[in-house]
Amino acid sequence: MSRVIRPYGDATGDGMVQVSFTLPIPHDKRAEGAAAQLANRMGIDPALVVHARAMGPDFTFFVVYGRVNHLVELDKVVVVERDFPLLAPKEVNARIKAQLRRPLVVVGACIGTDAHTVGIDAILNIKGFAGEKGLEYYAGFEVHNLGAQVPVPELVAVAGEVRADAVLVSQVVTQRDAHLHNTEEMTAAFREAFPRARRPVLVVGGPRFDESMAEQLGVDRIFGRGTTPAEVASYLVHRIVGEGRR
Amino acid sequence: MRVALDPVQVARARGLAASAAQPVLAITREHTTVSIERAVLRMAGLEGADAEGIPWVNRLVDAVAEQVGLQHGVALPVWDALAAHRRSGVAGGADPLLTLAQRAAAGSVQFRIPQGRAEGSARTAALRAARGGVRRVDRQRAVRERLLARHPVEHQPWVYLIVATGDIHEDVPQAQAAARGGADVIAVIRSTGQSLLDYVPEGATREGYAGTYATQENFRIMRAALDDVSKELGRYVRLTNYASGLCMPEIATLAGLERLDMMLNDSMYGILFRDINPIRTFTDQHFARQVHARAGIIINTGEDNYLTTADAVDAAHTVTVSQLLNEHFAKQAGLEDWQLGLGHAFEINPDLPDSFRLELAHALLARTLFPDAPLKWMPPTKHMTGDIFRGYLLDAFFNLAGVLTGQGILLVGMMTEAVVTPWLSDRDLALQNVHYVMNAAGRLGEDFTPADDGFIATRARHVLDEAVALLERIDADGLLPAIADGTFGLMKRPADKGRGLDGVVARAEGYCNPVTEVLDEPRPAPRVAGPRP
Repeated sequence: MSRVIRPYGDATGDGMVQVSFTLPIPHDKRAEGAAAQLANRMGIDPALVVHARAMGPDFTFFVVYGRVNHLVELDKVVVVERDFPLLAPKEVNARIKAQLRRPLVVVGACIGTDAHTVGIDAILNIKGFAGEKGLEYYAGFEVHNLGAQVPVPELVAVAGEVRADAVLVSQVVTQRDAHLHNTEEMTAAFREAFPRARRPVLVVGGPRFDESMAEQLGVDRIFGRGTTPAEVASYLVHRIVGEGRR
Repeated sequence: MRVALDPVQVARARGLAASAAQPVLAITREHTTVSIERAVLRMAGLEGADAEGIPWVNRLVDAVAEQVGLQHGVALPVWDALAAHRRSGVAGGADPLLTLAQRAAAGSVQFRIPQGRAEGSARTAALRAARGGVRRVDRQRAVRERLLARHPVEHQPWVYLIVATGDIHEDVPQAQAAARGGADVIAVIRSTGQSLLDYVPEGATREGYAGTYATQENFRIMRAALDDVSKELGRYVRLTNYASGLCMPEIATLAGLERLDMMLNDSMYGILFRDINPIRTFTDQHFARQVHARAGIIINTGEDNYLTTADAVDAAHTVTVSQLLNEHFAKQAGLEDWQLGLGHAFEINPDLPDSFRLELAHALLARTLFPDAPLKWMPPTKHMTGDIFRGYLLDAFFNLAGVLTGQGILLVGMMTEAVVTPWLSDRDLALQNVHYVMNAAGRLGEDFTPADDGFIATRARHVLDEAVALLERIDADGLLPAIADGTFGLMKRPADKGRGLDGVVARAEGYCNPVTEVLDEPRPAPRVAGPRP
């Protein structure tokens, strides 16, 4: 496979892309020209403004097709690859039982004002996500799902009370970067409340997190969109139970 | 379009819902809450907040609770103290109730539970004040009916759009643009976190997270803005907010006073999804629904939420059970069929074979069970993946199911669900989707009836049977234990836990609530203002 690629429309190397956007101007000829200009500056040349529609008197919506002149260099792509083996529920339970010799304690919550428990529930509830059962289903985990809008001090208190090995926090609301601020607040509180060696493993998840920001936010791991319960379970085993031999 | 159901089974389902609700209704009659008592003061006209932003209704109720408790209600001690004020010549100013609240907050009012003749006169004065508020609610209802006659909404379903910027002054142009784009109902979604505040914020607000605070002033501003655009469009645009969370009774009262048209108000949502104490929720809700009934407000219930946590096929019958319970609780509070926007949603996994037929079966079951209710039809969220093109297709099928099965209120689905808060263009595209389907297939239901022994009718009857079986279990175990066991939405909520429990008070002999007394007085039958089912 070539290490340098271009977008694919209907022929290799044609570089074709489609974009849509809105400009805050009334719909007329000049607006369409403005859309083409923007597309050109985005590297789309030639740009075909295939659709323009007035949305009220002050805005116009555009769909643009065209060829981008940018190249993608696959060697320079940076992603967070899964750096732990994916385990089946049976293996997860066996590893915890054999090596930890007690249930691995997990506390989960949506913190701050976030009321969207979809993420944390997908990972923790028995029901699970994408056909995979959640952590509550595993014999090896003791799960405390605190639900929505849990204040950070309460989360810290519960984590101490139940001697949590890991704290899972899900954040969906991103308005004004609430997910980032809430996460920073949480990690600061845990750093303050626990000595370094006894601090639970901190994991955050949500559709809009950048998985490479873990260090910056002070968490041990970030999970993004589409994460399954098995991935989280495998990570916790890897991180807490360790890589020891069976 | 209807689906054939066994009338005996339908009657059985309703009977079981009534029986299961009975003990809970009895509990609500034995309790009051801090928020109900604050709502009494709001109905009597007490507005505003102190320098720290704590509303005067909170200050006054807290002072009464601290000195003499709330078991007799706030009204008797408050109107007794007002009379004492007058007798001792304390300057009441233009607003004696406000003056009393200010002095009580400063600790210079001595409250007591009046006895004998003092009790009689306090009760009479409280009733007079409450009647003034209820009259304002009645006037607002009359205004709505007049405006609806002048600017009628002829089509259905009503197109329901959400606005949520956090800033009321930003919400106004967005709501007006949405109305011009075809929205019949504007919902100003609340700031996350408001449901757990034990007070209603004051004034016009510009700071909210993922929504705008529900305040009396924000209600007023948005209703006035929509009145302007209704006039411009010749179509009355309804305003919706949320009577839920810890301040449900107060927000219901403000909605009545400021002419909101619909309110989200579910019998169990706060318990299950906000972990609010069950007794607090049911007690608050009964009062809130009495106010809604009087104000001519249509409630929207929240059954869609069950399907976002549980599987939409496996849990379909829990929606039916909740709708039946919501209906019974609502009727007991005086709401009529046209005021019941019972909720349900299009949340079946689209990869499932026959998923659209199953959706039609569930939607028709609700339509047939509640023939005179304007059902609230909620779009897919759980299976919106970020693939906006597939999402747009799914929303079109949702719209088609909505018009085909005669849903009353259609919440417009966004293809960018789970991606971003909707952009201007997302909303525009979503409205085009709705309008195309309404225009192309709005009356398609006239041409089809599902075969009695076909897939859809069989599935609908099956879900009803499952609902009856669950209602039998709930009725036998009790509704509160069922909620504690995780029957709904897989959430376990015991009756002695949850937020707001400390604001629940058992009523004493001689408890007085002037607002419910006025609401219970007989009055002429109101005119019907709901959408035609």
